[in-house]
Amino acid sequence: MSDLRDLYQEVIFDHNRHPRNFGPLPGANRHADGFNALCGDKLSLNLKVEDGIIQEARFEGSGCAISTASASLMTEALKGRRETEVAELFEGFHHMVKGEPYTVEMGKLAVLAGVSEFPARVKCATLAWHTLNAALHQADQPVSTE
Amino acid sequence: MFDPHLWRRQFPILERKVHRKPLVYLDNAATTQKPLAVLDAERYYFEHFNANIHRGVHALSQEASEAFEGAREKVRAFLGAAHVEEIIFTRGATEAINLVAQTWGRTHLEAGDEILISAMEHHANIVPWQMLCEMTGARLKVIPMDERGVLLMDRVDQLLTTRTRLVGITLVSNALGTVNPVAEIIRKAHAAGARVLVDGAQAVAHVAVDVAALGCDFFVFSGHKLYGPTGIGVLYGKKELLTAMPPYQGGGDMILQVTFEKTTYNQIPYKFEAGTPHISGAIGLGAAIDFVQSVGLENIAAHEDWLLQEATERARRVNGLRIIGTAPGKASILSFVLEGIHPHDIGTILDSEGVAIRSGHHCAMPVMDFFSLPATARASFALYNTLEEVESLFRAIERVQKLFLG
Repeated sequence: MSDLRDLYQEVIFDHNRHPRNFGPLPGANRHADGFNALCGDKLSLNLKVEDGIIQEARFEGSGCAISTASASLMTEALKGRRETEVAELFEGFHHMVKGEPYTVEMGKLAVLAGVSEFPARVKCATLAWHTLNAALHQADQPVSTE
Repeated sequence: MFDPHLWRRQFPILERKVHRKPLVYLDNAATTQKPLAVLDAERYYFEHFNANIHRGVHALSQEASEAFEGAREKVRAFLGAAHVEEIIFTRGATEAINLVAQTWGRTHLEAGDEILISAMEHHANIVPWQMLCEMTGARLKVIPMDERGVLLMDRVDQLLTTRTRLVGITLVSNALGTVNPVAEIIRKAHAAGARVLVDGAQAVAHVAVDVAALGCDFFVFSGHKLYGPTGIGVLYGKKELLTAMPPYQGGGDMILQVTFEKTTYNQIPYKFEAGTPHISGAIGLGAAIDFVQSVGLENIAAHEDWLLQEATERARRVNGLRIIGTAPGKASILSFVLEGIHPHDIGTILDSEGVAIRSGHHCAMPVMDFFSLPATARASFALYNTLEEVESLFRAIERVQKLFLG
């Protein structure tokens, strides 16, 4: 195992203790619930999308440090992005946390690259992203990382 | 004097290192490690008399059949069952409960009937009954518990009605460690005319069981939580009940005669053992029972109780640690949460120190809901655990808090 500090970086602790964009989002027009059956993490994601651009993204729920920080960082990264960019970003993120090559610019999301050394925790990092995927495709069923 | 260090030599895996640290295996409630006696028994079978059972006239098949049936007899004696044919081999406790639900349940329950379980059941003792309720129109009712994880026994009388057909109750809670008063529940249930299935999966490695003295109608457990192999488990059922029940799965070994018009089913236990069973697993389970009896279940229980007490005392001194499940007389399970730190993070950091525990809902989501928790961290002890390992656990917990809370 790599150093725990590769996984638990200060930025991650910070976002875990003080998650950004946490709480309800009045006027949201995209929503999905995510659930990690492995550990019981629950996540509720709300988006406000106008003219194909994500104006607001907020989440609620409870989870481990990795899933909370990942959701917090994701909502920050989403604001102002075009809906059509999201699939590419998710793909890049997924490759990054699995330790596979990726070409997308990750910005602050790169602090989660250390997850790739902890395969048991990949699902924690991707829960928010799976939920985002469901919200943008307006899936009726809660998504699961299983 | 019981010395876990002596018995540790029987478990080669305990010598390995994890992340360059000595393994501290405290996930015994999920599965126990296997002693040499079990590994050797399985290997000996494969090296000397591997054959299919109950059919061949050749020497190997007869030897394999004798070993398989010998294991059944060991299980009978271990559980205190009156008859060896009351012991059915299954894949595990889960399959054993499903077997009862789908055979006895489907022929004995109808719309309006009731099944009573407890608030601390494993999903394996909830979901099969929910499926049965869906099929039959029966209703599932639940014995509540208090904040310590103790069943509210004064509620049992009112929950047992003339419509209660079955009570499903765990002997030891896998999430909390509570040892339930099953003898009392069985008496009350029988007085109300209900049958009782006892889930012994978490109990058999810690608590001596005598099904005849208990009087339970069904008792189930898994081999792998008793130092035996995975994929093998046991259903005990009273002879008259098993005899009257329809078969579970159809196939070879469970028949006497097959024509395309009609099949005559075999007698118990074979009626419930369709297909080639897990022969090596049953032999391994027999060896595990011999091993546990050579150590002595009372010695094991006393040692684990001592470790649990030592661990509980240390846990009480940790700031921000809350023990989940504080029933008196618990069995070898310390479930806990740390303020501000998710159990999943605890699990990862403990693992980096070589300490293996479980973090999650322990397949008991209703228990987590009761305590309004998404999950807990759970350390569970076995006969080979030592006081030094308890100390390693708490050093690692200290490291978790230092890393997270600064």
